Amino acid sequence: MASSDPPALCFDGITKRFGAVLANDGVSLAVASGSIHGIVGENGAGKSTLMSILYGYYQPDAGRILLDGRPVRMLNSAEAIARGIGMVHQHFVLVDDFTVLENIALGTESAFRLGPSLAAARRRLAVLEASYGLDVDLDTIVGTMPVGLRQRVEILKALYRGARILILDEPTAVLTPGETAQLFAVLRRLAGEGKTVLLITHKLREIMAVTDRVSVMRQGRVAADLATAETAEAALAALMVGDALADLPPPSPARPGPARLEASGLTLADRDGVKRLDRVDLVLRGGEITGIAGVAGNGQSELLEALAGLVPAEGALVWDGRAVPRAGRAAALRRLGLAHIPEDRLHTGLIPGFEAWETAILGYQRRPEHAWRHFLRIGASRAETRRRMEDFDIRPPDPRLRSAAFSGGNQQKLIAARETAWAPKVLLAGQPTRGVDIGATRLIHARLRELRDAGTAILLVSSELDEILDLADRILVMAGGRIVGALDRAAADERRIGLLMAGLAA
Amino acid sequence: MKGGALPAAVEFGLIPLLNLAAALVVTALVFLLIGVPPGAALLSLAEGAFGTGDGIGYTLYYATNFIFAGLAVAVPARAGLLNIGGEGQAMLGGLAVALFCLAVPGWPWWAALPFAVAAALIGGAAWALVPALLQVRRGSHIVITTILFNFLASKLSTWMLVDVIRAPGDPSPETMGFADSLALPALATSPLNLSLLLALLAAFLAWLLIGRTVWGYELRASGESPAAARYAAMPAGFLQVLAVCLGGACAGLVGVNEAMGVEHRLVLGFTAGAGFVGIAVALMGRNHAFGIVLAAILFGALYQGGSELAFDYPQVTRDIVIVIDGVVILFCGALEQLWRRPVTALWRRA
Repeated sequence: MASSDPPALCFDGITKRFGAVLANDGVSLAVASGSIHGIVGENGAGKSTLMSILYGYYQPDAGRILLDGRPVRMLNSAEAIARGIGMVHQHFVLVDDFTVLENIALGTESAFRLGPSLAAARRRLAVLEASYGLDVDLDTIVGTMPVGLRQRVEILKALYRGARILILDEPTAVLTPGETAQLFAVLRRLAGEGKTVLLITHKLREIMAVTDRVSVMRQGRVAADLATAETAEAALAALMVGDALADLPPPSPARPGPARLEASGLTLADRDGVKRLDRVDLVLRGGEITGIAGVAGNGQSELLEALAGLVPAEGALVWDGRAVPRAGRAAALRRLGLAHIPEDRLHTGLIPGFEAWETAILGYQRRPEHAWRHFLRIGASRAETRRRMEDFDIRPPDPRLRSAAFSGGNQQKLIAARETAWAPKVLLAGQPTRGVDIGATRLIHARLRELRDAGTAILLVSSELDEILDLADRILVMAGGRIVGALDRAAADERRIGLLMAGLAA
Repeated sequence: MKGGALPAAVEFGLIPLLNLAAALVVTALVFLLIGVPPGAALLSLAEGAFGTGDGIGYTLYYATNFIFAGLAVAVPARAGLLNIGGEGQAMLGGLAVALFCLAVPGWPWWAALPFAVAAALIGGAAWALVPALLQVRRGSHIVITTILFNFLASKLSTWMLVDVIRAPGDPSPETMGFADSLALPALATSPLNLSLLLALLAAFLAWLLIGRTVWGYELRASGESPAAARYAAMPAGFLQVLAVCLGGACAGLVGVNEAMGVEHRLVLGFTAGAGFVGIAVALMGRNHAFGIVLAAILFGALYQGGSELAFDYPQVTRDIVIVIDGVVILFCGALEQLWRRPVTALWRRA
């Protein structure tokens, strides 16, 4: 690549305002052709807005985009695609019942006769697969494919539509470590063949592993633009947050207490009779964090719901030595002192139309701190919410703002603050830091440690292996609805867990 | 951060006024079309509703029914259920009041009132209970079942008032008059009576329940997000049944106003569509007790002013009055967002 070549993509002074919020504030950055460029930043730093502008979803209030040195205007995503920009979404947009071929040809087929277009598509795809090493069987039904392969289909789809610049938004969130490594190999091959890759991620390790350059965004601006080889994870983290953060101190040794919550033979079948949970036995002890590792969709969500009594699973639950009957189980567990950070915060953990303080008492609305007899203690609850907002740095610190008006990370902090507020005996934490930035992650992790040291039994379900390795005292691996391995923290390493997650015995 | 919310004065004051103004402009156009001078006609409407003591009395008498009927829609709506059955629930409330009043001829009104109110509440709630249970237990859609229950209530009322409790020798389908001592105190020549205070009390209690109690909180939570209510281990089914029955109970109170306050007997068809006006009232009052009282007064004024108008201008038929009602519902209820965006934009800039 000659240095005189114009960059494949250049943002020039992009500014975008939403109401009072300045999402992008004069963002300028250049991405060299044939490179892998990472963009990192906290929640709300403006990454997604910038990508949405590039993909034609939003129009910038000021500034321009240059492709190969020429300014372009993209009024919608169709125009962006026509100019060679491809987006691989975090949540795949594929038709499950279609084959790979049908999915890729969807929307590009010509006229009324499908046959000839599909045949032509098959020929073109064979060429693409061969030149980028993207092996996929074109006749497989997408719904039956593992997540890593579906992502490959998305990439192939973008290339098929002529993408020269590929945007990947948090592409590894749903992948096993092995699948992640394969993805990176594909990305390097793409860059080698002259494609330009934009990688949006929270995970600094991946930035270090695969990118050529990295831009750090903070509060709508580019805080730094560096060659990856000349920086390090800690430096990037500091740039993202604005000042250096102390790492989580090494944990004090766990002092496991008596069994708080025991599950035996938990079994749950879905509507099609597929067993989502298959005879799961589990003991949660006070003062111990039990981590559940596994690829998303292997029964972790169902396990959380079953332990919280929210789904009628077969099998027994025992609390402090006493069986909890199935009827009214959820309410009984809450009364006994179970707290639960749910995986799906927007639909379950909070009520979008409720004010922040109303969300902050959800599930605890009958506690004496929040209610006097049958009357809500509104003033006291608002004050409590304001205190938590200060503790957890929830912004804006307004207990009367609608819950939906907070950013995802702040919503998660609101929920984490609620579920850790009243010294629960058992805490089920489902993806407690998903989509949350570094600062908030540290806060939530510290809070989980605190509770563990105070004697709470914690179950941590996370798709982030790092999170589990950082926090858990004991690690269980789930695959196919079963617990396929149990490891002590000391004995656990990423490779062994990865093999177990993939369903291969270690 | 000056985020999404507008100040209450704008949200609940200015925007509804703008909506009403838009509705009046369209109404004026309708008047022009049928050859009625719009200015004079609107004046006549306002005078009919608020110009005289009697006019105000009638306006507030209608409003009394509409408050009850509006609450009957609003309380279940907060739990996420649309109760269309106010009309039928009101009929049952009226039947219960009548049966009680016929049984205690000698009682003074103040002694009978608490029991009559209880009878009306139970009658309305009982008629709402079955659709509520069918919704929660069997998933039968409450809109359908409550509509069907309106027909059932109508048939039941007809049978009761024709074959069972009709005054002997009276050719019309109504009960004999209640004892004079049972009549609620009323304003001299208008049908306005003590029931208005009962309606205001009901609105206040609904506000208290919905906004200030744990039950109200749980009820709203299950209405806004069933998944979150389930997660928080709230008894969602019970709360839904409770909300619908409370709504039915409010509708039942229409029977107190009509039977004990106005007619002093039970007349077939006494609800006169009040249950359906309640849907518009709740829509316009945004399911909020205070908004419902205001919307009920507005609709009371339209009813009363509309009949005066029809008297003054022969071109203004009953149908034209319904058109006016419809335009108001359209702008204040369905097109409620019409002015929000420009007003919000203006507010932000200011």
